[in-house]
Amino acid sequence: MTDLASLTATEIASELDRGSLSSVELTRSLLTRAESKRGLNAFLDLYSDVALASAEEADKRRRAGERGPLLGVPVAIKDVILVKGTKTTCGSRMLANFLSPYDATVVSKLRKSGAVLFGKTNMDEFAMGSSTENSAFGPVQNPWNKAYVPGGSSGGSAAAVSARIAPLALGSDTGGSIRQPASFTGIVGMKPTYGRTSRYGLVAYASSLDQIGPFARSVKDCAHLLETISGFDPSDSTSMDVPVPSWSEELTQGIKGLRIGVPKQYFIEGLHPEVEQAVRAALQWYEGQGASLVEVDLPHTEAALSTYYILAPAEASSNLARFDGVRYGHRAAEPTDLIDLYCRSRSEGFGTEVKRRIMIGTYVLSSGYYDAFYLRAQKVRALIKNDFDKVFSSQCDLLACPTAPTPAFRIGEKVDDPLTMYLSDVFTITVNLAGLPGLSLPCGFSSSQLPIGLQLIGKPWDEGTLLRAAYAYEQQHDWHTRVPQ
Amino acid sequence: MSMEFESVIGLEVHVQLATETKIFCGSSTRFGGDPNEFIDPVTLGLPGALPVLNRRVVEFAIMLGKATKCEIRRFNRFARKHYFYPDLPKGYQISQFEEPICERGSLEVHFENAVRTVGIRRIHMEEDAGKNMHDTRTETSLIDLNRAGVPLLEIVSEPDLRTPAEASAYLRTLRQMVRFLGVSDGNMEEGSLRCDANISLRPVGELKFGTRTEIKNLNSFRFVERALEYEIARQTSLLRAGQKVVQETLLYDSAADVTRSMRGKEESSDYRYFPDPDLPPLIIEEGWVNQIVGSMPRLPDQWRKELTENYGLSNYDASVLLAESENVAFFQAVFDICQNAKAACNWVTSELFGYLHKNSLTLAHSPIKPADLGALIKLIDDEVLSGKMAKSVFEEMFATSQSPQEIIEKKGLKQIANPDEIQQLVTDTISKFSSQFDAYAQGNDRLHGFFVGEVMKLSRGAANPKLVNNAILDAVKKRRSS
Repeated sequence: MTDLASLTATEIASELDRGSLSSVELTRSLLTRAESKRGLNAFLDLYSDVALASAEEADKRRRAGERGPLLGVPVAIKDVILVKGTKTTCGSRMLANFLSPYDATVVSKLRKSGAVLFGKTNMDEFAMGSSTENSAFGPVQNPWNKAYVPGGSSGGSAAAVSARIAPLALGSDTGGSIRQPASFTGIVGMKPTYGRTSRYGLVAYASSLDQIGPFARSVKDCAHLLETISGFDPSDSTSMDVPVPSWSEELTQGIKGLRIGVPKQYFIEGLHPEVEQAVRAALQWYEGQGASLVEVDLPHTEAALSTYYILAPAEASSNLARFDGVRYGHRAAEPTDLIDLYCRSRSEGFGTEVKRRIMIGTYVLSSGYYDAFYLRAQKVRALIKNDFDKVFSSQCDLLACPTAPTPAFRIGEKVDDPLTMYLSDVFTITVNLAGLPGLSLPCGFSSSQLPIGLQLIGKPWDEGTLLRAAYAYEQQHDWHTRVPQ
Repeated sequence: MSMEFESVIGLEVHVQLATETKIFCGSSTRFGGDPNEFIDPVTLGLPGALPVLNRRVVEFAIMLGKATKCEIRRFNRFARKHYFYPDLPKGYQISQFEEPICERGSLEVHFENAVRTVGIRRIHMEEDAGKNMHDTRTETSLIDLNRAGVPLLEIVSEPDLRTPAEASAYLRTLRQMVRFLGVSDGNMEEGSLRCDANISLRPVGELKFGTRTEIKNLNSFRFVERALEYEIARQTSLLRAGQKVVQETLLYDSAADVTRSMRGKEESSDYRYFPDPDLPPLIIEEGWVNQIVGSMPRLPDQWRKELTENYGLSNYDASVLLAESENVAFFQAVFDICQNAKAACNWVTSELFGYLHKNSLTLAHSPIKPADLGALIKLIDDEVLSGKMAKSVFEEMFATSQSPQEIIEKKGLKQIANPDEIQQLVTDTISKFSSQFDAYAQGNDRLHGFFVGEVMKLSRGAANPKLVNNAILDAVKKRRSS
């Protein structure tokens, strides 16, 4: 065992099975690595002792004959998901000292699987951002180039997996917050179908768009983690009672005959030429392997960004109303009265981007503006969903396109220009609006050695086809094996 | 100028539902626990907590909707109503806005010997808020969230009510309805039934409504009437003086018996309603509604018909029994045993209610169980007990909660109806009072009552008075003819 950090989850599981590695040994080594990579600022909390204790427990379970793809495998968790007894900050001063009183459903599922909860990862405050620069606890660096952002909002999880600190991580994706950072850091990231994973214990940003999903360094690892966290949860009324297939066992079914839709609206002006080149090359490879490419039309794509930036802030302004300084979270010192308590607690607790979205959301829900903004945006959302329904019903089995219009950008480059920043989610946002599954996998590098991601978009509940198509590509390419220095 | 005004009143009533658990989580709805005893992540509005709808709440809403002849909406959505207040943990209340579950119904109100039909505009489901408590000694505010998330139905009437007494009668009828359905205990003291009133005046004959005010905090029938009376007087004098009524929200101060302006942001606030994305649309299938209707208990009006037409009770007796759902249920249980409606009604409404009242007890805590009261009435009808004996047995039942059979056995109280035993008692009495009997036989018929009384006394009240009566008449006849 020379380099424990480079092992994928699948490799770890087989080493553990063979007895050539213990979870404690692995966890200790990864904790050391995490310490040595503090400069990335990927973690807000490392569960050092607790992680070692659960590694020991996992080793015991294995010795007792139990097996499982995640048993004893460390998993990092975005700091927007509650882990009982530990801090959940959401990257915000508001919750800097908030101790989670309960486990999120996905965390309970991870515990059951024997995964080693490794620590909490940095993120844009309340998952609002595309670069992880909006964290109250400082920006995260991209492992491929420390001057660059890792994407966001799940930038800490992406950086942790990309930098070989954790083999797996959980993120949340509301407009691209898993896929875009996966693309920027050269790993696999997936947003499942809306309703596939429980949101219970995920601090809500925009409830109708949020979905928890996996980060991994291989498609198979991604499938294993997704299988573990998926499934109906009676505590989340928006989770759906749909069977969870064994995706990890159906990866090798091949792609012959698959019809891949190529949406023309996703190859637009402003698309980085090197990104376009890498994505086109991947498409050609698919065609060469027996899949067919069909150009498809998603005519309402152009409206997606503005639709998203009405609906998501509307829901956010409502979801974040509970942070009032009364029961938990930041409370202003010495309030003069109730209004002062509210105003100052929230002014002090929230950062600029969160305030911006709360204000937008409050505005679009106000009486007199509701119909023109919120209601109209809902109608456009239906049209966008309809676009996808149409192409999936007759023209293709999945869609392929760039995950983001550019590779990672420099830290600080877009912080003062929110509209440009919002554009980096232009290809991922539609997928959330339509509730579809989407996956990003590495498909090349830019001339400046920054990763490029290919996005696959599937029919509702058809994560299987995405994973199968991604797996086929991964078997014939080595982008995912490259290690940031 | 003395213009006559007519008042136009509509009520908004909040009813707490008698579900075991809250509307969106599993915490108990019990009243009177320790502060913050019934809380959980959802009640507290913790980050990441999500609501799950309690289906029983929907069933109760459908029951009340059907009982008030409402249309039941098939496609329902919950909406978030936003405002900041410490007793509202999430910063919004989950309610229904443009799509209430029940609409366009009516309620028949018996009022001053007539029946008035009052329109029900809508009934919707929502969650209750917690309670703030202010400790003036320490200048601190405390929050109890036990009530937060308790299910409510808000019932909005049409402005069909014309007098405070009518409004109060409507409220009583509504309370009777929810109690008969079992959807709420309707307890106004504990706040499970709360009432706000909208009231405006208009000149008699005018069709257009005047400017209305809303009065909050009417937590008893009496306060509803008094607050409305006060407000009518206030608005009348304003209008008579040529001034205008300002549309505003008022709070009724029961101690001072006045309404006071809340000068609230109430009117100006924007609740920013939008559909709650955490709760998928609730589709109510016809089959579910039918199932609920099929399992609904008998409603007050159906009971009234049954009691007067099939049981032969007077309208008055029916009203007494229908005042509370427990009354009629108790009556029914008594009747099931004795099959004598009039006797059952009398024993329940005069004897039992009288004793309960004297002892400050409610029917729920009656020491006499309905089956035992039924058995007692049956013993009278079977002539095992005389009416007089029955009264003393009843007293004993009330004191000891024993069955009438137990008491009769214990005290040897069985009625004497055996002709030989009766004859013996009469013979003994006659020999004891032979001179009086001579006088009776010689024509002093007024002595008949004396002898009946003495025989009864001798039997310690156990003799069947009818048989005693006949035996004495026989004895006199015999003496006279001898």
